[in-house]
Amino acid sequence: MISQGSEIRAKDGRAPDVFSRDGWVAMRQYREAEEVDVAVIGTGAGGGVVAAKLAEAGLSVVAFDAGAFYRPLADFASDEREQDKLYWTDDRISGGDDAIEMGSNNSGRAIGGSTVHFQMVALRFRPEWFQARSRLGYGRDWPVDWREMWRCYDEVEDALKIAGPVTYPWGPKRGRYPYRQHELNASAQVLARGAEAMGVDWSPCPISTVSAPRGKSPPCVYRGFCKIGCSTNAKQSILNTYIPRALAAGAEVRDLAMVGRIETGSDGRATGVHYHRDGEWRFQKARRVVVAGYSIETPRLLLNSSSPSHPQGLANAEGLVGTELMVHSNHAVWGVMEDEIRWYKGPPSMAVCEHWNYDDDKDFHGGYAFMSQGPLPTDFATSMVKNLGVFGMELRRRMALYNHMAGLKIVGEVMPTPANRVELSEETDALGLPLPRITFRFGENDRKLSDHALRFMRTMHEAAGARDIFETAGSAHLMGGCRMGFSAADGVVDGAGRAFSCPNLWIADGSVMPTGGGVNPSITIMANATRIAGHMIGAIARGEG
Amino acid sequence: MTSPPRRYPDYDVLDKRDSPSWDDITRHVVAGRLNPPERQFFDDALWDVLIALCDTIMPQPDRDRPIAIWIDAALAQNRTTGTRYDNLPPMREAWKRGLAALEAEARLCHGRPFHDLAQDAREALLKAIDREEVAAPEWNDLPPRRMFREVLANEIVRVYYSHPDAWSEIGFGGPASPRGYVRLGPNRRDPWEAEESAATRRSAEP
Ligand SMILES: Cc1cc2nc3c(=O)[nH]c(=O)nc-3n(C[C@H](O)[C@H](O)[C@H](O)COP(=O)(O)OP(=O)(O)OC[C@H]3O[C@@H](n4cnc5c(N)ncnc54)[C@H](O)[C@@H]3O)c2cc1C
Ligand code: SF4
Repeated sequence: MISQGSEIRAKDGRAPDVFSRDGWVAMRQYREAEEVDVAVIGTGAGGGVVAAKLAEAGLSVVAFDAGAFYRPLADFASDEREQDKLYWTDDRISGGDDAIEMGSNNSGRAIGGSTVHFQMVALRFRPEWFQARSRLGYGRDWPVDWREMWRCYDEVEDALKIAGPVTYPWGPKRGRYPYRQHELNASAQVLARGAEAMGVDWSPCPISTVSAPRGKSPPCVYRGFCKIGCSTNAKQSILNTYIPRALAAGAEVRDLAMVGRIETGSDGRATGVHYHRDGEWRFQKARRVVVAGYSIETPRLLLNSSSPSHPQGLANAEGLVGTELMVHSNHAVWGVMEDEIRWYKGPPSMAVCEHWNYDDDKDFHGGYAFMSQGPLPTDFATSMVKNLGVFGMELRRRMALYNHMAGLKIVGEVMPTPANRVELSEETDALGLPLPRITFRFGENDRKLSDHALRFMRTMHEAAGARDIFETAGSAHLMGGCRMGFSAADGVVDGAGRAFSCPNLWIADGSVMPTGGGVNPSITIMANATRIAGHMIGAIARGEG
Repeated sequence: MTSPPRRYPDYDVLDKRDSPSWDDITRHVVAGRLNPPERQFFDDALWDVLIALCDTIMPQPDRDRPIAIWIDAALAQNRTTGTRYDNLPPMREAWKRGLAALEAEARLCHGRPFHDLAQDAREALLKAIDREEVAAPEWNDLPPRRMFREVLANEIVRVYYSHPDAWSEIGFGGPASPRGYVRLGPNRRDPWEAEESAATRRSAEP
């Protein structure tokens, strides 16, 4: 009766109807020997958008994902431990002075990718960040015009029916969000009070869960389990937006299908993908390949796809694949409030302050946003264990104050650095694929930024009435590893997402981001994927793709 | 060792099991949680260390909910977290070596097995390990703090707070689907949420 996420569901001409408990929708299928127009690897924020857009343009598309095809209504429990099934929990070797925590911290594995368990914060980049090097003096420029990104953000925000305020305090003047903002929970009101005391702007956070019915999605019921999957379908994830669109437009989605290698011919062009499904290795022929496995798996797959024409790994002629991996610093302050806050109610981050993304009077490069918090119990307890080393009765006493806690946590920009990277290790996984090895260290500027944030937020949290304040450090999100650049020496792919050293290979996920910005990345990844899909469709129509 | 005051004396999250706050899959999952399997992974010697470690990291003088057996079950399934720090061995080996090093440390410092030590001696030993003050050769190249925080304590705490009794203890609403919440503001509570005792609410003290 209950899926453990181990049964293949998308087969025999049908795929799960994600809006039902046990229903199906029709799915077109392609033969492996048939050369499809495009094979898409990964169905998350990047891959899901590309699969839908290309299929809607009339191309034949097969999208592969290593994860399962869930129906939220029947498969998502209100239980943290059970929902670990949504994360990429295979071993990845993590090292360096500030080794990154993987798994539930930043990596999903499911149809819909990490958007199935993301916290729905939907913030745009500051326009100048697309030219961070030339306009702000740090990081890299994107080979992208911010106005083109702006149009794509509009499209994505509408596709997800983002619920947000009538006016947003930062950035270029914008129209209203597609859906009205949600009522603020107590946790968000603490942020608001603090910001007003400090004289900085704050805003209800634009979030990707509907505030009114939309099609088969009911409005959000404020159950607060968003980070482990939304069981009501109020959350607008890739799984219940772009995937149904892709299927309706004739794309095939293959669940529990792990791509191990992209094949290339003697001319250096990609010819198809080797994937493992139902206990065996298989091969799908394709005219073009789009990779969207996120910042660890995309470099891992390319590095594991070396061939005589790509001896150092696919698209790695310049040795850039896997380099400049980024995270966001995710430091936080927490305190006890007199009021009952009960932060388990509602999406975890309902209020945001982007002041330090737009104020340039700072002694460091980059910026940060911070948001109100609402961690579930084991998430909060383990963050105290890992950061403070508390255990025993002391931990139980602190946890007894769960309903009186409030916190502020940053999404802090981290500078791109070549030594922070993904490589292949000597060890292999159960399928015989080399495990990724990740090396990460925060730099000098990164530390200055998080110190600044902790100082500011501590003062602000005190002003809001918090006491017994303590701090935690950490990271969130992944970006980079296969960045876009202006030339082959500057990036793995060009501004249209096409690999410099392999003309029928594109990358369309978070790994192509040259800088990380000070906001959560997914709508930027989706907007960029929208843009890349548009350029692909144009190139194919002109016979150049 | 006293338990924290009960802030939510009349609240038991399981009372909501048949209400609209719980759906079928959650009922199924939580029922499984209340029904531990047989031990499969650890041998008797390491099992004693693990039981004592769980009692120290999550002491339960007021009750006795099994923790160790769930760690055994996870390791029997080779359940991993997705992170293998490069200075730690793979999960199963990390647990075996971590517990063995802890036991060796207890014998070296106190001449007795870890599970024979009094609670405060066990706590002190764990705090020393967390400060990376270790002497037993079994630590060898293992990083004590990372082993303690990220492997041992992390998982024990996760298991403790995945039990419905722990949700009741802290006044967490627990499962909430299809019914979520209506009253979101400060000091507002839906009838199906935990009510805090007047005494602890006034103090908001630990
Ligand atoms: C807990 C959490 C909360 C978050 N909250 C927010 C938030 O509030 N706002 C925000 O903007 N962002 C948030 N994020 C980040 C956001 O989810 C990611 O940045 C985004 O989803 C990344 O998009 P992607 O397409 O690059 O990768 P993903 O969405 O991760 O998709 C990659 C997919 O590729 C599949 N895959 C990988 N390799 C292979 C292979 N070889 N073969 C087959 N399939 C493969 C994976 O299974 C996965 O499904 C959050 C992330 C996490 C983990
Ligand atoms: S709070 Fe809203 S978005 Fe989050 S899990 Fe609940 S219904 Fe879904």
